[in-house]
Amino acid sequence: MSLDYKAGSVVFNKVSKRFGQVSAIDNVSFTIEAGQLVTLLGPSGCGKTTTLRMIAGLEHPTEGQILIGDKDVTRLPATDRDVSMVFQSYALFPHMSVAENVAYGLMVSGTAKAEAIDKALEGLQLVGLAEYGNRLPSELSGGQQQRVAVARALVLEPEVLLLDEPLSNLDAKLRRYVREEIRDLQQQLGLTAVYVTHDQEEALAVSDQIIVMNKSVIAQQGTPRELYEQPVSAFVADFIGDANLIKAELQSREGDFARIDVGGVNVQVPHREQQSGAVTLAVRPDAVILHADPEVTALTGQVTHASYLGNQIQYTVDSELGELFVIDYRVDQPVARGSSVALDFNNRGLALVAA
Amino acid sequence: MSVKHPFVPWLIVAWAGYLLLPWYVQEDGFWSMVWLFDGYLADEYYTSAVFHGLQYDRPWLLPIALFLALPFMALRYPRQHPNYARILILAGAGGLGWLAVQGLLIGISGWEFTAFESTFGVLDQRQYGLGYGALLTAAGFLVILTSGLAAAGVMKGDVFVTSAIGTVILLVTLFVFYPVSQILVSAFQTEEGYLSAGAFAESFTSSKIWGLACLSDGRSCGVAWNSLFLATLTGLSTTLLGLAFALVVTRTGFRYKKSLRLLTVLPIVTPPFVIGLALILLFGRSGVVTQFTADLLGLEPGRWLYGLPGVWLAQLLAFTPIAFLVLIGVVEGISPAMEEASQTLRGSRWQTFRHVSLPLMRPGLANAFLIGFIESMADFGNPMVLGGNFEVLSTEIFFAIVGAQNDQGRAAVLAIVLLFFTLSAFFIQRKWLGKKSYTTVSGKAESGLPMQVNPALKWLSYGTAVPWALFTIVIYGMVMFGGFVANWGYDHSFTLKHYSDAFALSWGEFGLVWEGQAWDSLWTTLGISALSAPLTAAVGLLTAYLLVRQNFAGKNLFEFGTMLSFAIPGTVIGVSYILAFNVPPLELTGTGVILVICFIFRNMPVGVRGGIAAMSQLDKSLDEASLTLGANSFTTLRKVVIPLLRPAITAALVYSFVRAITSVSAVIFLVSAEHNMATSYIIGLVENGDYGIAIAYCSVLILVMLGAIAAIQFSVGERKLRSARTVKAKNNNKRLKEQLV
Ligand SMILES: Nc1ncnc2c1ncn2[C@@H]1O[C@H](COP(=O)(O)OP(=O)(O)O)[C@@H](O)[C@H]1O
Ligand SMILES: [Mg+2]
Repeated sequence: MSLDYKAGSVVFNKVSKRFGQVSAIDNVSFTIEAGQLVTLLGPSGCGKTTTLRMIAGLEHPTEGQILIGDKDVTRLPATDRDVSMVFQSYALFPHMSVAENVAYGLMVSGTAKAEAIDKALEGLQLVGLAEYGNRLPSELSGGQQQRVAVARALVLEPEVLLLDEPLSNLDAKLRRYVREEIRDLQQQLGLTAVYVTHDQEEALAVSDQIIVMNKSVIAQQGTPRELYEQPVSAFVADFIGDANLIKAELQSREGDFARIDVGGVNVQVPHREQQSGAVTLAVRPDAVILHADPEVTALTGQVTHASYLGNQIQYTVDSELGELFVIDYRVDQPVARGSSVALDFNNRGLALVAA
Repeated sequence: MSVKHPFVPWLIVAWAGYLLLPWYVQEDGFWSMVWLFDGYLADEYYTSAVFHGLQYDRPWLLPIALFLALPFMALRYPRQHPNYARILILAGAGGLGWLAVQGLLIGISGWEFTAFESTFGVLDQRQYGLGYGALLTAAGFLVILTSGLAAAGVMKGDVFVTSAIGTVILLVTLFVFYPVSQILVSAFQTEEGYLSAGAFAESFTSSKIWGLACLSDGRSCGVAWNSLFLATLTGLSTTLLGLAFALVVTRTGFRYKKSLRLLTVLPIVTPPFVIGLALILLFGRSGVVTQFTADLLGLEPGRWLYGLPGVWLAQLLAFTPIAFLVLIGVVEGISPAMEEASQTLRGSRWQTFRHVSLPLMRPGLANAFLIGFIESMADFGNPMVLGGNFEVLSTEIFFAIVGAQNDQGRAAVLAIVLLFFTLSAFFIQRKWLGKKSYTTVSGKAESGLPMQVNPALKWLSYGTAVPWALFTIVIYGMVMFGGFVANWGYDHSFTLKHYSDAFALSWGEFGLVWEGQAWDSLWTTLGISALSAPLTAAVGLLTAYLLVRQNFAGKNLFEFGTMLSFAIPGTVIGVSYILAFNVPPLELTGTGVILVICFIFRNMPVGVRGGIAAMSQLDKSLDEASLTLGANSFTTLRKVVIPLLRPAITAALVYSFVRAITSVSAVIFLVSAEHNMATSYIIGLVENGDYGIAIAYCSVLILVMLGAIAAIQFSVGERKLRSARTVKAKNNNKRLKEQLV
């Protein structure tokens, strides 16, 4: 294999980007280690694409410094960066064949034609499309076009591969398959990849690290497990897997744990430096346990909605803590709408967060 | 891949221009290479700037070398160093500035301004217009300047984009703003050459311009009122007629819709005064209709055609298709869903039309009116041919320059009045369209049939549009037919004499002899149009690219500047070019170059508009993909954007070629004996009463243009995004390699 990758790291150092009055990125710093796949995750408009485009060099920061592979590239235009990007719309050149598309980057940077074509075919082989070189992009399916876009980016042997919502134009079934493919390719070639998505499940599935963004700043950075199990804020807890945010009372601390009173039910969670008094507890939907017998615990509620989804039943329960969203996998023991239930919590699905 | 110091080749070019090429303009024409063999550097007329400076007492040319030397210092720094940018900006801006200042201060007879004469004494040396050397040096300075700006971080450090913006700004400044500003200067100048507001006020308030005598007694009103009245009338009537056409084509079951649409092509290939000419053949004193009714009713043939009625009729015929074109788009753009919604809410067809469709068309109607208004104001050919005693601004300007008076000041004042009217219309249009959004077409595919209009409106539209269409056909029939008639109105026998007079060919001693009197102007016209068309398309599309794909401070102003020349009537451009380019530093009158330049900047707005429309439909991520794949913006433009813009390129080429052939108003000021254009030649024939040859020449022009359109369409072609190739799935790698290598 003649494709040879030297993965590079990416460092943002107090980077801000403003479009006129609008602040798209505000004083953001992070480090992406070489060889990792890192997702930028967040709701629409939080600045993910802008961050990605600044790595690519398509936008230049208003303030701050960007390093790629330890080189300062803050002012370097896209053309001169060793980074390539897979666009949301794929952006395949419609007037060039698939092979010409893949060879394009090599040709414009002065590679001899024969060598460029060789490498292009090798790239197409990598994504399993070696036989489609002669076609025009319009003659491929959406998933195939997407793979051509990946091959086109890969043959340049970039230090960093950027992907902007690469699955958003595919149908639901194909998505899981393609994301696994991308992940395999990234690990097999040892690439640094930065992956933008607004879908938390996708992020959890493919990432080494996730950077959660909200309103132009980073909400939290960590591994998928850290983010799910130890969200630092209500926003992160709610965005990564659903969470019921409940105001509760911290009663005492013992070692790493805090004892908390949730509407009369006592639970134990890591205290994470929260002091006594009012705290916010993030409760995963499947950490709420429903008891058909309303006398079992001190906390009761009434089921107002119930939806059967095959492998689970989703309930909405009205309680003194407010409305709770509950997922119950015991589909053989359904609770009827309107019935009164007692509520209890599984400690594994609870976390204290900053309000 | 980016070159390390992209300005270096241009620095070499600039030095070559300074050291090796004739600095001043060559009398023998742009393409003449006489200077190379007839003395070259040794001869004062052919020598380069450095020798002018050292040997021929023009020391003010020497500091240019200083600005040319500066960039070498920049090479001592890396590109990121602030001094690199500073030095280049200083050198480029300083060099361009010095060129401009020395050119404007020292002219054909020494100092241009008396103040300098009294301070520095009389200057013996003189300067001519700038030539090749100056051209290259200036281009070099421009790229040095823009490279410096790019190095300072302008346009994300992109040298190509920065240079492109700099070039367009410089060109528009030189060939639109500078000449128009010369009109202002000239309007304020007394005959002795002093600036004085009094001189302007005096000619500006003249009753010949603003007089209202026509209201009180029988004398004629001022030309400004005439123009305003005519333009308003034409604007209103073309809009109404255009609307009738649009409704017939889109909202009725009319059978010959396709043929009706063909009418929209006509004004594009018709020199504007051709209509006037045909009207003379029909309704003039010896016209067919006039003679016929005179015989029938025993009336004296009248002269009613010559004056307001004739000009108005001609303009109505000439500009209605444009209104039609604008309104057809608007009417088609109204979403059927809106009308269906109204109908399901129990609105009758008339109520729906009156309260939903018509209000949605309002911006379109306003747009059509303003276009008709501007076209009428700017029209020169028809008033020239049919005006009689009815004087309008555009013709008055012409006679002020060309007539016995040769009063440039007066021409300038009239031009300002005309410019004021058209610019006001232009601003009103932009304001109006800018504020309201009536767009109802979304990207979504919409279903539903457009509503048919109610019967009364349908018959009203038929009643106006169909007779008018027939009338137009008759008019064009006259044009094609008139050239074969011996002497119109007197002797209606068939003849080929007019064609042989104009286009005779014979074999002589030295081969083919172009005997006909029209050949010279025809070849000049074709040559100049063929040269200006690709240049216009290039400048227009480049500008569109900058406007759509790049963001920079002052972009709105930039766009405004490039669109402005659309609102400047040809006559005004003509006058301003004469005023600006008759004397150094840019001495262009009498050359073919001035015609080419004039066409480029007059027709550029349409190229820009078309380019913007086409480019907005190209996903921006295509460009960005190319950039992240390592192509620079120039390569991206060449390999990705341009191939996908084929249709827009075709349109821009066709349009600018054809407009160059048909335009009259600016051309008539700029032609010379050596470079005469077909239209001005035909106007001359008409003035001499040679209608036969004139009309024969017009038909040939129209046919030539149709042929050219077909040829351009064929050679540039449509873009191809789907291949008809059958795709072989297996083992085609080897074949592919062979094919691409
Ligand atoms: N070119 C631009 N001009 C002006 N505002 C922009 C531009 N690009 C992005 N923004 C703004 O910056 C913010 C972040 O945008 P973006 O990075 O695209 O968000 P995301 O990809 O997370 O949805 C948004 O408020 C958006 O409106
Ligand atoms: Mg985005």
